[in-house]
Amino acid sequence: MSENQKFPAIEMRGVNVTAMRDASFLVVEDVNWSVAAGEFWVIGGQEHSGKSDLLMLAAGLMPPGSGSCKLFGSDLGSFGEAEPTQRRRVGLVFQGAQLFSQLTVAENIALPLRYHKNLTGTDAAAEVKSLLDLMELAPLADVTPANVAANWRQRAALARALILKPEILLLDDPLAGLGARHRQWWLRFLDQLARGHGQPLTIVVAADDLHPWKSEWRKFALLHEKKFAALGSWNQVETSDHPGVKELLAVHLETTI
Amino acid sequence: MRGNLARTFELTNTQLFRRAPLPRSYTDFLGRKLFLFLLTVQGLGAFALITLGVILKKSGVAKNVIRPRIRQEIARAGVALLPMFSFVALALGFLVIGQTVSVLAKVGAISYLGSTMVIVVVRELGPLLTAVLVLARVGTANVIELGTARALGEVEALEALGIDPVHYLIVPRVIGMVLGIFSLTVYLIIGALASGYLFAFLQDVPMTPGDYFKQITESLGWLDFALLALKTITFGFFIAVVTCYHGLAQPLRLEEVSRVAVRAVTQGVIVCVLIDALFIVLYLVA
Repeated sequence: MSENQKFPAIEMRGVNVTAMRDASFLVVEDVNWSVAAGEFWVIGGQEHSGKSDLLMLAAGLMPPGSGSCKLFGSDLGSFGEAEPTQRRRVGLVFQGAQLFSQLTVAENIALPLRYHKNLTGTDAAAEVKSLLDLMELAPLADVTPANVAANWRQRAALARALILKPEILLLDDPLAGLGARHRQWWLRFLDQLARGHGQPLTIVVAADDLHPWKSEWRKFALLHEKKFAALGSWNQVETSDHPGVKELLAVHLETTI
Repeated sequence: MRGNLARTFELTNTQLFRRAPLPRSYTDFLGRKLFLFLLTVQGLGAFALITLGVILKKSGVAKNVIRPRIRQEIARAGVALLPMFSFVALALGFLVIGQTVSVLAKVGAISYLGSTMVIVVVRELGPLLTAVLVLARVGTANVIELGTARALGEVEALEALGIDPVHYLIVPRVIGMVLGIFSLTVYLIIGALASGYLFAFLQDVPMTPGDYFKQITESLGWLDFALLALKTITFGFFIAVVTCYHGLAQPLRLEEVSRVAVRAVTQGVIVCVLIDALFIVLYLVA
Protein backbone atom coordinates (compact mmCIF):
# COMPACT_ATOMS: atom_id res chain seq x y z
CA MET A 1 0.00 0.00 0.00
CA SER A 2 1.52 3.37 -1.00
CA GLU A 3 1.85 6.19 1.49
CA ASN A 4 -0.92 8.04 -0.33
CA GLN A 5 -3.39 5.24 0.23
CA LYS A 6 -2.31 4.56 3.82
CA PHE A 7 -3.51 7.97 5.04
CA PRO A 8 -6.38 10.17 3.87
CA ALA A 9 -5.17 12.98 1.62
CA ILE A 10 -6.92 15.51 3.87
CA GLU A 11 -8.29 14.79 7.31
CA MET A 12 -9.93 17.37 9.54
CA ARG A 13 -11.09 16.58 13.06
CA GLY A 14 -12.95 19.21 15.10
CA VAL A 15 -11.41 21.99 13.04
CA ASN A 16 -12.50 25.57 13.58
CA VAL A 17 -11.70 27.67 10.53
CA THR A 18 -10.88 31.34 11.08
CA ALA A 19 -10.84 34.09 8.47
CA MET A 20 -7.62 34.45 6.49
CA ARG A 21 -7.60 38.22 7.09
CA ASP A 22 -8.64 38.14 10.73
CA ALA A 23 -7.65 35.16 12.85
CA SER A 24 -10.06 36.18 15.60
CA PHE A 25 -13.10 35.77 13.33
CA LEU A 26 -14.57 32.25 13.28
CA VAL A 27 -15.86 31.30 9.83
CA VAL A 28 -16.66 27.59 10.06
CA GLU A 29 -16.82 25.50 13.21
CA ASP A 30 -16.22 21.89 14.04
CA VAL A 31 -15.30 20.50 10.62
CA ASN A 32 -14.96 16.72 10.53
CA TRP A 33 -14.02 15.68 7.04
CA SER A 34 -11.88 13.08 5.39
CA VAL A 35 -10.80 13.10 1.74
CA ALA A 36 -9.33 9.87 0.42
CA ALA A 37 -6.57 10.00 -2.17
CA GLY A 38 -8.02 10.23 -5.68
CA GLU A 39 -11.41 11.62 -4.64
CA PHE A 40 -13.02 14.65 -6.31
CA TRP A 41 -14.91 16.84 -3.85
CA VAL A 42 -17.00 19.89 -4.54
CA ILE A 43 -17.70 22.19 -1.58
CA GLY A 44 -20.74 24.37 -2.13
CA GLY A 45 -21.68 27.47 -0.23
CA GLN A 46 -22.94 30.99 -0.62
CA GLU A 47 -20.58 33.95 -0.79
CA HIS A 48 -18.66 34.53 2.47
CA SER A 49 -19.60 31.10 3.77
CA GLY A 50 -15.91 30.31 4.38
CA LYS A 51 -15.11 28.20 1.30
CA SER A 52 -11.92 30.09 0.50
CA ASP A 53 -10.77 30.07 4.12
CA LEU A 54 -11.31 26.32 4.32
CA LEU A 55 -9.19 25.83 1.19
CA MET A 56 -6.46 28.15 2.53
CA LEU A 57 -6.38 26.08 5.70
CA ALA A 58 -6.18 22.83 3.74
CA ALA A 59 -3.35 24.33 1.67
CA GLY A 60 -1.42 25.07 4.86
CA LEU A 61 -1.60 28.83 4.50
CA MET A 62 -3.03 29.24 7.97
CA PRO A 63 -3.37 27.06 11.04
CA PRO A 64 -6.74 25.84 12.26
CA GLY A 65 -8.31 27.87 15.08
CA SER A 66 -8.61 24.58 16.92
CA GLY A 67 -8.73 20.87 16.09
CA SER A 68 -6.39 18.94 13.86
CA CYS A 69 -5.91 19.11 10.12
CA LYS A 70 -3.70 16.47 8.52
CA LEU A 71 -2.37 16.08 5.00
CA PHE A 72 -1.30 12.53 4.24
CA GLY A 73 -1.14 11.86 7.97
CA SER A 74 1.05 14.88 8.84
CA ASP A 75 -0.44 17.46 11.14
CA LEU A 76 -0.62 20.92 9.58
CA GLY A 77 0.18 22.45 12.94
CA SER A 78 3.51 20.62 13.19
CA PHE A 79 4.90 21.09 9.70
CA GLY A 80 7.82 23.18 10.96
CA GLU A 81 10.78 22.87 8.61
CA ALA A 82 9.00 20.17 6.61
CA GLU A 83 6.24 22.65 5.82
CA PRO A 84 7.49 23.75 2.36
CA THR A 85 7.92 20.11 1.31
CA GLN A 86 4.41 19.29 2.48
CA ARG A 87 3.05 22.38 0.78
CA ARG A 88 4.50 21.33 -2.55
CA ARG A 89 2.25 18.26 -2.40
CA VAL A 90 -0.72 20.63 -2.53
CA GLY A 91 -1.51 22.85 -5.52
CA LEU A 92 -3.83 25.81 -4.97
CA VAL A 93 -5.62 27.82 -7.63
CA PHE A 94 -6.94 31.07 -6.18
CA GLN A 95 -10.15 32.72 -7.25
CA GLY A 96 -8.87 35.54 -9.46
CA ALA A 97 -5.69 33.64 -10.34
CA GLN A 98 -3.30 35.84 -8.30
CA LEU A 99 -0.51 35.60 -10.83
CA PHE A 100 2.66 37.59 -10.14
CA SER A 101 2.12 40.84 -11.97
CA GLN A 102 5.81 41.56 -12.61
CA LEU A 103 6.39 38.23 -14.41
CA THR A 104 5.15 36.98 -17.77
CA VAL A 105 2.77 34.02 -17.98
CA ALA A 106 5.66 31.63 -18.76
CA GLU A 107 7.76 33.05 -15.90
CA ASN A 108 4.80 32.69 -13.54
CA ILE A 109 4.48 29.02 -14.43
CA ALA A 110 8.23 28.41 -14.28
CA LEU A 111 8.82 30.16 -10.93
CA PRO A 112 7.85 27.33 -8.52
CA LEU A 113 9.77 24.78 -10.58
CA ARG A 114 12.86 26.98 -10.80
CA TYR A 115 12.74 27.87 -7.11
CA HIS A 116 12.32 24.36 -5.74
CA LYS A 117 14.66 22.62 -8.19
CA ASN A 118 17.14 25.51 -8.49
CA LEU A 119 16.84 25.66 -12.28
CA THR A 120 17.74 28.43 -14.69
CA GLY A 121 15.06 29.75 -17.02
CA THR A 122 16.53 27.69 -19.86
CA ASP A 123 16.56 24.49 -17.79
CA ALA A 124 12.88 24.88 -16.94
CA ALA A 125 11.83 25.95 -20.45
CA ALA A 126 11.00 22.49 -21.86
CA GLU A 127 8.72 21.54 -18.99
CA VAL A 128 7.01 24.95 -19.03
CA LYS A 129 6.51 24.79 -22.79
CA SER A 130 4.82 21.39 -22.64
CA LEU A 131 2.41 22.71 -20.01
CA LEU A 132 1.79 25.89 -22.02
CA ASP A 133 0.98 23.78 -25.08
CA LEU A 134 -1.25 21.42 -23.13
CA MET A 135 -3.26 24.34 -21.77
CA GLU A 136 -3.29 26.30 -25.05
CA LEU A 137 -1.38 29.12 -23.39
CA ALA A 138 1.63 29.19 -25.73
CA PRO A 139 0.62 32.40 -27.57
CA LEU A 140 0.42 34.21 -24.21
CA ALA A 141 3.74 32.94 -22.84
CA ASP A 142 5.55 36.28 -22.99
CA VAL A 143 2.65 38.49 -21.92
CA THR A 144 2.27 39.88 -18.39
CA PRO A 145 -0.95 38.95 -16.54
CA ALA A 146 -2.38 42.48 -16.74
CA ASN A 147 -2.57 42.07 -20.52
CA VAL A 148 -4.23 38.66 -20.45
CA ALA A 149 -8.00 38.10 -20.33
CA ALA A 150 -9.38 36.69 -17.06
CA ASN A 151 -10.31 33.37 -18.74
CA TRP A 152 -6.69 32.75 -19.65
CA ARG A 153 -5.26 34.12 -16.41
CA GLN A 154 -7.21 31.48 -14.53
CA ARG A 155 -5.83 28.82 -16.83
CA ALA A 156 -2.28 30.13 -16.28
CA ALA A 157 -2.87 29.88 -12.52
CA LEU A 158 -3.87 26.25 -12.98
CA ALA A 159 -0.69 25.61 -14.99
CA ARG A 160 1.39 27.26 -12.23
CA ALA A 161 -0.25 25.03 -9.61
CA LEU A 162 0.34 21.91 -11.71
CA ILE A 163 3.98 22.48 -12.61
CA LEU A 164 5.17 20.91 -9.33
CA LYS A 165 2.95 17.86 -9.94
CA PRO A 166 0.95 18.15 -6.70
CA GLU A 167 -0.92 15.20 -5.22
CA ILE A 168 -3.81 17.37 -4.05
CA LEU A 169 -5.28 20.18 -6.14
CA LEU A 170 -7.45 22.79 -4.42
CA LEU A 171 -9.43 25.18 -6.62
CA ASP A 172 -11.29 28.21 -5.34
CA ASP A 173 -14.33 28.77 -7.53
CA PRO A 174 -12.43 28.10 -10.76
CA LEU A 175 -15.45 28.63 -13.02
CA ALA A 176 -16.34 32.06 -11.64
CA GLY A 177 -16.51 34.64 -14.40
CA LEU A 178 -15.47 32.26 -17.18
CA GLY A 179 -17.07 32.12 -20.61
CA ALA A 180 -19.07 29.02 -21.62
CA ARG A 181 -16.26 27.59 -23.78
CA HIS A 182 -13.72 27.98 -20.99
CA ARG A 183 -16.08 26.44 -18.44
CA GLN A 184 -16.39 23.36 -20.64
CA TRP A 185 -12.64 23.19 -21.03
CA TRP A 186 -12.13 23.36 -17.24
CA LEU A 187 -14.66 20.66 -16.47
CA ARG A 188 -13.17 18.36 -19.11
CA PHE A 189 -9.57 19.07 -18.08
CA LEU A 190 -10.24 18.55 -14.36
CA ASP A 191 -11.96 15.24 -15.11
CA GLN A 192 -8.89 14.12 -17.03
CA LEU A 193 -6.65 15.24 -14.17
CA ALA A 194 -8.78 13.46 -11.59
CA ARG A 195 -8.58 10.20 -13.49
CA GLY A 196 -4.85 10.76 -13.97
CA HIS A 197 -2.33 8.47 -15.60
CA GLY A 198 -1.60 5.78 -13.05
CA GLN A 199 -1.65 8.14 -10.09
CA PRO A 200 -5.02 9.89 -9.78
CA LEU A 201 -5.06 13.40 -8.40
CA THR A 202 -7.12 14.37 -5.37
CA ILE A 203 -9.20 17.42 -6.25
CA VAL A 204 -11.22 19.73 -4.01
CA VAL A 205 -13.22 22.51 -5.63
CA ALA A 206 -15.04 25.32 -3.83
CA ALA A 207 -18.03 26.64 -5.76
CA ASP A 208 -21.13 28.73 -5.18
CA ASP A 209 -22.99 26.87 -7.93
CA LEU A 210 -23.03 23.09 -7.75
CA HIS A 211 -24.79 22.40 -11.05
CA PRO A 212 -21.80 22.55 -13.39
CA TRP A 213 -20.15 19.90 -11.20
CA LYS A 214 -23.14 17.56 -11.31
CA SER A 215 -21.73 14.06 -11.65
CA GLU A 216 -22.23 10.70 -9.98
CA TRP A 217 -18.60 10.10 -9.20
CA ARG A 218 -17.91 13.43 -7.52
CA LYS A 219 -18.60 13.96 -3.83
CA PHE A 220 -20.29 17.05 -2.44
CA ALA A 221 -20.14 19.00 0.79
CA LEU A 222 -21.82 22.15 1.98
CA LEU A 223 -20.87 25.15 4.07
CA HIS A 224 -23.92 26.79 5.57
CA GLU A 225 -24.27 29.03 8.61
CA LYS A 226 -20.77 28.22 9.87
CA LYS A 227 -21.40 24.48 9.63
CA PHE A 228 -19.78 21.94 7.35
CA ALA A 229 -21.88 19.06 6.05
CA ALA A 230 -20.58 16.23 3.88
CA LEU A 231 -23.51 15.38 1.57
CA GLY A 232 -22.22 12.54 -0.59
CA SER A 233 -23.05 11.95 -4.26
CA TRP A 234 -25.11 14.20 -6.55
CA ASN A 235 -28.18 12.01 -5.94
CA GLN A 236 -27.91 12.70 -2.25
CA VAL A 237 -27.52 16.42 -2.96
CA GLU A 238 -30.70 16.47 -5.02
CA THR A 239 -32.69 14.56 -2.44
CA SER A 240 -31.25 16.40 0.55
CA ASP A 241 -33.58 18.26 2.93
CA HIS A 242 -30.75 20.48 4.12
CA PRO A 243 -31.96 24.10 3.91
CA GLY A 244 -28.55 25.24 2.68
CA VAL A 245 -28.68 22.80 -0.24
CA LYS A 246 -32.17 23.92 -1.19
CA GLU A 247 -31.02 27.52 -1.03
CA LEU A 248 -28.03 26.84 -3.28
CA LEU A 249 -30.04 24.89 -5.84
CA ALA A 250 -32.81 27.51 -5.78
CA VAL A 251 -30.31 30.28 -6.50
CA HIS A 252 -29.20 28.36 -9.56
CA LEU A 253 -32.79 27.94 -10.75
CA GLU A 254 -33.43 31.68 -10.31
CA THR A 255 -30.32 32.63 -12.28
CA THR A 256 -31.19 30.11 -15.02
CA ILE A 257 -34.75 31.45 -15.34
CA MET B 1 8.89 29.39 6.94
CA ARG B 2 7.55 32.92 7.00
CA GLY B 3 4.08 31.69 6.11
CA ASN B 4 2.45 33.18 9.11
CA LEU B 5 4.74 36.17 9.39
CA ALA B 6 2.21 38.54 7.95
CA ARG B 7 -0.53 37.25 10.24
CA THR B 8 1.69 37.79 13.26
CA PHE B 9 2.28 41.41 12.30
CA GLU B 10 -1.38 41.89 11.54
CA LEU B 11 -2.28 40.85 15.05
CA THR B 12 0.41 42.79 16.85
CA ASN B 13 0.11 45.89 14.75
CA THR B 14 -2.83 46.74 12.62
CA GLN B 15 -5.72 45.34 14.60
CA LEU B 16 -4.31 46.80 17.75
CA PHE B 17 -3.91 50.17 16.03
CA ARG B 18 -7.49 50.09 14.86
CA ARG B 19 -8.93 48.91 18.14
CA ALA B 20 -7.04 51.27 20.42
CA PRO B 21 -9.55 53.66 21.99
CA LEU B 22 -9.72 57.22 20.78
CA PRO B 23 -7.62 59.60 22.92
CA ARG B 24 -9.58 61.36 25.66
CA SER B 25 -6.86 63.58 27.05
CA TYR B 26 -3.39 64.83 26.25
CA THR B 27 -1.75 62.08 28.34
CA ASP B 28 -3.88 59.48 26.56
CA PHE B 29 -2.70 60.93 23.28
CA LEU B 30 0.96 60.78 24.33
CA GLY B 31 0.55 57.29 25.73
CA ARG B 32 -1.10 56.11 22.57
CA LYS B 33 1.67 57.63 20.43
CA LEU B 34 4.34 56.03 22.61
CA PHE B 35 2.57 52.70 22.47
CA LEU B 36 2.31 52.83 18.67
CA PHE B 37 5.97 53.87 18.44
CA LEU B 38 7.04 50.89 20.57
CA LEU B 39 4.91 48.55 18.49
CA THR B 40 6.51 49.86 15.30
CA VAL B 41 10.00 49.43 16.77
CA GLN B 42 9.09 45.91 17.85
CA GLY B 43 7.71 45.06 14.41
CA LEU B 44 10.71 46.53 12.60
CA GLY B 45 13.15 44.78 14.93
CA ALA B 46 11.45 41.42 14.48
CA PHE B 47 11.30 41.89 10.71
CA ALA B 48 15.00 42.86 10.58
CA LEU B 49 15.98 39.77 12.58
CA ILE B 50 13.84 37.48 10.44
CA THR B 51 15.34 38.96 7.27
CA LEU B 52 18.86 38.55 8.62
CA GLY B 53 18.08 34.97 9.60
CA VAL B 54 16.75 34.15 6.12
CA ILE B 55 19.80 35.76 4.45
CA LEU B 56 22.13 33.58 6.50
CA LYS B 57 20.08 30.40 6.51
CA LYS B 58 19.00 30.33 2.88
CA SER B 59 22.14 31.64 1.21
CA GLY B 60 22.44 28.46 -0.86
CA VAL B 61 18.73 27.96 -1.64
CA ALA B 62 17.39 28.52 -5.19
CA LYS B 63 20.52 30.36 -6.28
CA ASN B 64 19.45 30.33 -9.91
CA VAL B 65 16.34 32.29 -9.01
CA ILE B 66 17.61 34.55 -6.25
CA ARG B 67 20.91 35.66 -7.82
CA PRO B 68 19.34 37.12 -10.98
CA ARG B 69 16.88 38.93 -8.71
CA ILE B 70 19.77 40.32 -6.65
CA ARG B 71 21.45 41.54 -9.86
CA GLN B 72 18.18 43.21 -10.87
CA GLU B 73 17.98 44.96 -7.51
CA ILE B 74 21.62 46.08 -7.69
CA ALA B 75 20.89 47.55 -11.11
CA ARG B 76 17.80 49.28 -9.75
CA ALA B 77 19.33 50.62 -6.52
CA GLY B 78 22.75 51.31 -8.04
CA VAL B 79 23.46 51.37 -11.76
CA ALA B 80 20.14 52.95 -12.77
CA LEU B 81 20.77 55.84 -10.37
CA LEU B 82 24.21 56.74 -11.73
CA PRO B 83 22.99 59.60 -13.98
CA MET B 84 21.09 61.17 -11.09
CA PHE B 85 24.08 60.78 -8.78
CA SER B 86 26.42 62.32 -11.38
CA PHE B 87 24.21 65.40 -11.31
CA VAL B 88 24.03 65.40 -7.51
CA ALA B 89 27.82 65.02 -7.24
CA LEU B 90 28.29 68.03 -9.50
CA ALA B 91 25.74 70.05 -7.57
CA LEU B 92 27.23 69.05 -4.22
CA GLY B 93 30.71 69.97 -5.44
CA PHE B 94 29.46 73.33 -6.63
CA LEU B 95 27.17 74.23 -3.76
CA VAL B 96 29.20 73.00 -0.81
CA ILE B 97 32.76 72.08 -1.63
CA GLY B 98 33.56 74.77 -4.15
CA GLN B 99 32.31 77.44 -1.77
CA THR B 100 34.06 75.89 1.25
CA VAL B 101 37.39 75.73 -0.60
CA SER B 102 36.98 79.28 -1.77
CA VAL B 103 36.13 80.63 1.72
CA LEU B 104 38.94 78.67 3.39
CA ALA B 105 41.38 80.11 0.83
CA LYS B 106 40.15 83.66 1.49
CA VAL B 107 40.59 83.42 5.29
CA GLY B 108 43.96 81.70 4.95
CA ALA B 109 42.77 78.42 6.43
CA ILE B 110 43.43 76.32 3.34
CA SER B 111 45.49 73.89 5.41
CA TYR B 112 42.21 72.75 7.06
CA LEU B 113 40.74 71.84 3.71
CA GLY B 114 41.49 68.10 3.94
CA SER B 115 39.93 67.54 7.34
CA THR B 116 36.95 69.77 6.47
CA MET B 117 36.29 67.78 3.30
CA VAL B 118 36.59 64.46 5.09
CA ILE B 119 34.16 65.50 7.83
CA VAL B 120 31.66 67.20 5.53
CA VAL B 121 31.69 64.92 2.51
CA VAL B 122 33.11 61.54 3.48
CA ARG B 123 31.63 61.18 6.93
CA GLU B 124 28.37 63.09 6.70
CA LEU B 125 26.96 64.43 3.47
CA GLY B 126 28.01 61.60 1.14
CA PRO B 127 26.44 58.68 3.00
CA LEU B 128 23.42 60.56 4.33
CA LEU B 129 22.52 62.20 1.04
CA THR B 130 22.93 58.90 -0.82
CA ALA B 131 20.75 57.09 1.70
CA VAL B 132 17.98 59.68 1.52
CA LEU B 133 18.01 59.78 -2.28
CA VAL B 134 17.94 55.98 -2.60
CA LEU B 135 15.18 55.87 0.00
CA ALA B 136 13.12 58.32 -2.07
CA ARG B 137 13.78 56.65 -5.42
CA VAL B 138 13.94 52.93 -4.63
CA GLY B 139 12.47 52.68 -1.13
CA THR B 140 9.18 54.19 -2.28
CA ALA B 141 9.06 51.76 -5.19
CA ASN B 142 9.65 48.90 -2.74
CA VAL B 143 6.68 49.86 -0.60
CA ILE B 144 4.40 50.33 -3.60
CA GLU B 145 5.44 47.09 -5.32
CA LEU B 146 5.26 44.97 -2.19
CA GLY B 147 2.11 46.68 -0.92
CA THR B 148 0.39 46.09 -4.24
CA ALA B 149 1.58 42.47 -4.31
CA ARG B 150 0.23 42.00 -0.80
CA ALA B 151 -3.09 43.67 -1.60
CA LEU B 152 -3.52 41.53 -4.74
CA GLY B 153 -2.81 38.31 -2.84
CA GLU B 154 0.49 37.58 -4.58
CA VAL B 155 2.21 36.99 -1.25
CA GLU B 156 -0.30 34.27 -0.36
CA ALA B 157 0.27 32.81 -3.83
CA LEU B 158 4.01 32.58 -3.11
CA GLU B 159 3.33 30.88 0.21
CA ALA B 160 0.92 28.46 -1.47
CA LEU B 161 3.72 27.48 -3.85
CA GLY B 162 6.06 26.81 -0.93
CA ILE B 163 8.18 29.88 -1.76
CA ASP B 164 9.34 31.89 1.24
CA PRO B 165 8.18 35.48 0.53
CA VAL B 166 11.00 36.91 2.66
CA HIS B 167 13.57 34.93 0.68
CA TYR B 168 12.11 35.72 -2.73
CA LEU B 169 10.89 39.30 -2.24
CA ILE B 170 12.93 40.81 0.59
CA VAL B 171 16.42 39.28 0.52
CA PRO B 172 17.25 40.50 -3.04
CA ARG B 173 15.99 43.98 -2.17
CA VAL B 174 18.06 44.14 1.03
CA ILE B 175 21.27 42.93 -0.64
CA GLY B 176 20.66 45.14 -3.68
CA MET B 177 20.10 48.20 -1.55
CA VAL B 178 23.11 47.55 0.71
CA LEU B 179 25.45 47.19 -2.28
CA GLY B 180 23.73 50.01 -4.17
CA ILE B 181 24.04 52.54 -1.34
CA PHE B 182 27.66 51.55 -0.65
CA SER B 183 28.71 51.93 -4.31
CA LEU B 184 26.71 55.11 -4.89
CA THR B 185 28.18 56.72 -1.76
CA VAL B 186 31.73 56.04 -2.97
CA TYR B 187 30.77 57.36 -6.41
CA LEU B 188 29.12 60.46 -4.95
CA ILE B 189 32.08 61.25 -2.68
CA ILE B 190 34.64 60.92 -5.50
CA GLY B 191 32.45 62.91 -7.88
CA ALA B 192 31.74 65.66 -5.34
CA LEU B 193 35.39 66.03 -4.34
CA ALA B 194 36.49 66.20 -7.98
CA SER B 195 33.80 68.66 -9.04
CA GLY B 196 34.44 70.69 -5.87
CA TYR B 197 38.03 71.19 -6.87
CA LEU B 198 36.92 72.09 -10.39
CA PHE B 199 34.69 74.88 -9.10
CA ALA B 200 37.40 76.08 -6.69
CA PHE B 201 39.86 76.12 -9.57
CA LEU B 202 37.44 78.23 -11.60
CA GLN B 203 37.40 80.70 -8.69
CA ASP B 204 41.24 80.97 -8.89
CA VAL B 205 41.93 79.28 -5.54
CA PRO B 206 45.74 78.92 -5.41
CA MET B 207 45.98 75.16 -5.03
CA THR B 208 47.21 72.45 -7.36
CA PRO B 209 45.21 69.23 -7.82
CA GLY B 210 48.15 67.38 -6.26
CA ASP B 211 48.01 69.48 -3.07
CA TYR B 212 44.23 69.08 -2.90
CA PHE B 213 44.47 65.30 -3.31
CA LYS B 214 47.33 65.10 -0.80
CA GLN B 215 45.44 67.05 1.87
CA ILE B 216 42.39 64.83 1.53
CA THR B 217 44.32 61.55 1.62
CA GLU B 218 46.30 62.71 4.64
CA SER B 219 43.10 63.51 6.49
CA LEU B 220 41.58 60.11 5.74
CA GLY B 221 42.36 57.36 8.22
CA TRP B 222 41.53 53.64 8.15
CA LEU B 223 38.69 54.38 10.55
CA ASP B 224 37.03 56.61 7.96
CA PHE B 225 37.05 53.81 5.41
CA ALA B 226 35.86 51.20 7.90
CA LEU B 227 33.08 53.35 9.34
CA LEU B 228 32.04 54.56 5.88
CA ALA B 229 31.57 50.97 4.76
CA LEU B 230 29.76 50.04 7.96
CA LYS B 231 27.57 53.12 7.84
CA THR B 232 26.47 52.65 4.22
CA ILE B 233 25.76 48.95 4.83
CA THR B 234 23.68 49.86 7.90
CA PHE B 235 21.81 52.53 5.92
CA GLY B 236 21.10 50.09 3.09
CA PHE B 237 19.94 47.32 5.39
CA PHE B 238 17.61 49.46 7.47
CA ILE B 239 16.14 51.42 4.57
CA ALA B 240 15.32 48.14 2.84
CA VAL B 241 13.90 46.68 6.06
CA VAL B 242 11.72 49.72 6.84
CA THR B 243 10.31 49.98 3.32
CA CYS B 244 9.81 46.23 2.87
CA TYR B 245 8.24 45.95 6.34
CA HIS B 246 5.62 48.53 5.45
CA GLY B 247 4.97 46.95 2.07
CA LEU B 248 4.90 43.31 3.04
CA ALA B 249 4.28 42.77 6.72
CA GLN B 250 1.08 44.79 6.95
CA PRO B 251 -2.25 43.74 5.51
CA LEU B 252 -3.03 46.36 2.90
CA ARG B 253 -5.84 47.35 0.63
CA LEU B 254 -4.87 48.95 -2.67
CA GLU B 255 -6.08 52.38 -1.59
CA GLU B 256 -3.82 52.26 1.49
CA VAL B 257 -0.59 51.70 -0.44
CA SER B 258 0.21 55.36 -1.16
CA ARG B 259 -0.43 56.40 2.46
CA VAL B 260 1.82 53.60 3.70
CA ALA B 261 4.54 54.65 1.22
CA VAL B 262 4.57 58.14 2.75
CA ARG B 263 4.78 56.69 6.26
CA ALA B 264 7.61 54.36 5.23
CA VAL B 265 9.65 57.20 3.72
CA THR B 266 9.16 59.32 6.85
CA GLN B 267 10.27 56.47 9.09
CA GLY B 268 13.15 55.74 6.71
CA VAL B 269 14.43 59.31 7.05
CA ILE B 270 14.14 59.11 10.85
CA VAL B 271 16.04 55.81 10.88
CA CYS B 272 18.77 57.32 8.66
CA VAL B 273 19.19 60.31 10.98
CA LEU B 274 19.32 58.04 14.05
CA ILE B 275 21.96 55.82 12.41
CA ASP B 276 23.91 58.91 11.44
CA ALA B 277 23.80 60.17 15.04
CA LEU B 278 25.00 56.79 16.25
CA PHE B 279 27.97 56.94 13.90
CA ILE B 280 28.84 60.49 15.00
CA VAL B 281 29.11 59.11 18.54
CA LEU B 282 31.29 56.26 17.20
CA TYR B 283 33.59 58.75 15.42
CA LEU B 284 33.88 60.83 18.60
CA VAL B 285 34.60 57.82 20.79
CA ALA B 286 37.05 56.29 18.32
